[in-house]
Amino acid sequence: MRVVIAEDLALLRDGLIRLLQAHDCEVVAAVESGPELLAALLEHRPDVAVVDVRLPPTFTDEGLQAAIEARRQVPGLPILVLSQHVEQLYARELLSDDGGAVGYLLKDRVFDIGQFIDAVRRVAAGGTAMDPAVISQLLAKHDDGPLAALTPREREVLGEMAEGRSNSAIAGRLFITDKAVSKHINNIFTKLDLPPSTDDSRRVLAVLAYLNR
Amino acid sequence: MARTHDPQQPRRFDLLVWSLLLVSHVAAGAVLLALFLVAVVLSVVWVGLPLLVTITRLVRVHADTHRRLVGRFLDDGRPVPSPYRPLPERGLSAQISAVVTDPTTWRDLSWLTVNSTAGAVLVAVPGALLAHGLHSAVFPLTWRWETNWYALGPVAGQGDANRALLTAALLLLAAWVLTPAALTGYARLNRIMLAPTEKARLAARVAHLATSRAETIDAQASEVRRIERDLHDGAQARLVALGMSLGMAEEMLDNDTDAARRMLSEAREATRQALTELRDLVRGIHPPVLVERGLDGAVRALAVTQHLPISVDIDLPGRPADPVESAAYFAVVEILTNAAKHAGAERAWVRINYGRGRMVVLVGDDGRGGADPAKGTGLRGIRRRLSAFDGTMNVVSPVGGPTIVTMELPCALSSPKTSLSSATD
Repeated sequence: MRVVIAEDLALLRDGLIRLLQAHDCEVVAAVESGPELLAALLEHRPDVAVVDVRLPPTFTDEGLQAAIEARRQVPGLPILVLSQHVEQLYARELLSDDGGAVGYLLKDRVFDIGQFIDAVRRVAAGGTAMDPAVISQLLAKHDDGPLAALTPREREVLGEMAEGRSNSAIAGRLFITDKAVSKHINNIFTKLDLPPSTDDSRRVLAVLAYLNR
Repeated sequence: MARTHDPQQPRRFDLLVWSLLLVSHVAAGAVLLALFLVAVVLSVVWVGLPLLVTITRLVRVHADTHRRLVGRFLDDGRPVPSPYRPLPERGLSAQISAVVTDPTTWRDLSWLTVNSTAGAVLVAVPGALLAHGLHSAVFPLTWRWETNWYALGPVAGQGDANRALLTAALLLLAAWVLTPAALTGYARLNRIMLAPTEKARLAARVAHLATSRAETIDAQASEVRRIERDLHDGAQARLVALGMSLGMAEEMLDNDTDAARRMLSEAREATRQALTELRDLVRGIHPPVLVERGLDGAVRALAVTQHLPISVDIDLPGRPADPVESAAYFAVVEILTNAAKHAGAERAWVRINYGRGRMVVLVGDDGRGGADPAKGTGLRGIRRRLSAFDGTMNVVSPVGGPTIVTMELPCALSSPKTSLSSATD
């Protein structure tokens, strides 16, 4: 898997490079500023890019802007955005082109290497990886609405699904069968009045679009 | 040039009425002046001192009325500002010393003197010219009953009397021309005598700055104390625990790998918690989204996280300085929190725009109203924060709602940063 990394702090950049290389990733470019990132993305067209939101020269949201711009020029270019803080607004902007293949995680999530690598792979494969912090905020915001009709288990499944996990991954995490997961998901889609879909990542996007309304 | 909105055509009839009204005001002032002088004289034997306080109060009311009245004849049409420091509520000796030591008392005295003389002449001009003009105009009809015309000698016949019409024309013309000038002159004279002196203005400014500085320093000190406490009890403690876990894991690595693994996972959890606490702390000091997106983006980001729907309309041609941005942001956060928590609002809106060197922030909700900055510590805190930048806050919140909070912050905007997308397109 060919990866581009954008992170301005050398310590974290080296850590990410080592981490990804240890998991069968080829780091084709590791850059430290917004303009460099955009150039690298357009030149290398990587399988996935791991991007810090805040980058030089302005130290604002250069990384995010470069990622969004790259996806504008190369639709569906897989980008996993990392940040010290998560904003629903940024998640919404990343998801707004409806193309999938995006991730938005707190930097802390790197601690759980297995899950982090899983998120990288998922985004590279066209899926999504949304931080639990974003999802729990989104769910809390809709709690008084139609989500009130969901059972606690369904709400759990919805949360896992919104984070971007596949049915089997959800089954594994909640210690239930794949079949049970499918049943819960069908119930959720009926209760929220969403069009059913068999494609995992399409379904996730539909849920996220619903929550982001 | 008596009125700004209609400089070509001062309405002379209005001005004439005003001048007659002002004549009576000036006369009242002259009476006050006399009473004041009596009180000063009686003060030598103490009995005049309470009288002095009472008369000073009357003089101030009279002068303030004048400040409002003459404003309408000035170029800017605005009342002349009032310079008084409030008198102490009670304690005769305190009031006496306040009256005697306040330089405005003695300025008022000199104003009364000038106004009762030069001022009286100016406001009498329109009426006097008109009266004499009219008198002259009817003289050809009445000369038989008053044979002396202006002491210029006996009037011999109708021909002599008719010459008074020329005088009448001159006097009425003079009244026509001079009425606006006399009132404008009167207003200018009053402004000079009644407006706060530069010294008084600066003294008031210094007093305001001293208060707001003290409040800002206080607020910052308690903020720093809070951050210190949070770091000390939070992230620092967690890092100590983390170090301990790692140390123990190192020791157990050879003997008990299972325990070592448990220690390591504890260490990871401690790190995660420390990061979470630091993140919350940073958000409370200066939210990262404010750095990344400015006030505009930060308020929008705030709006999408709120339970109640919030419409956001922001038109800022640039970014204000960091401290101003931060103060405005936290004010919006506080007001929206109030709207959701206390007002039971169903929707809210935020509007921010900029003009004439001021940023204006409006936050409104459809809740039950009744917010009172005098009671709520939150609103008071906002006012204090804003006053450090000479900003103001105005709360309109009738019981039953809606609530609208208007904040104004004088500030300069920097040119917007070139966004990456447009720079590389």
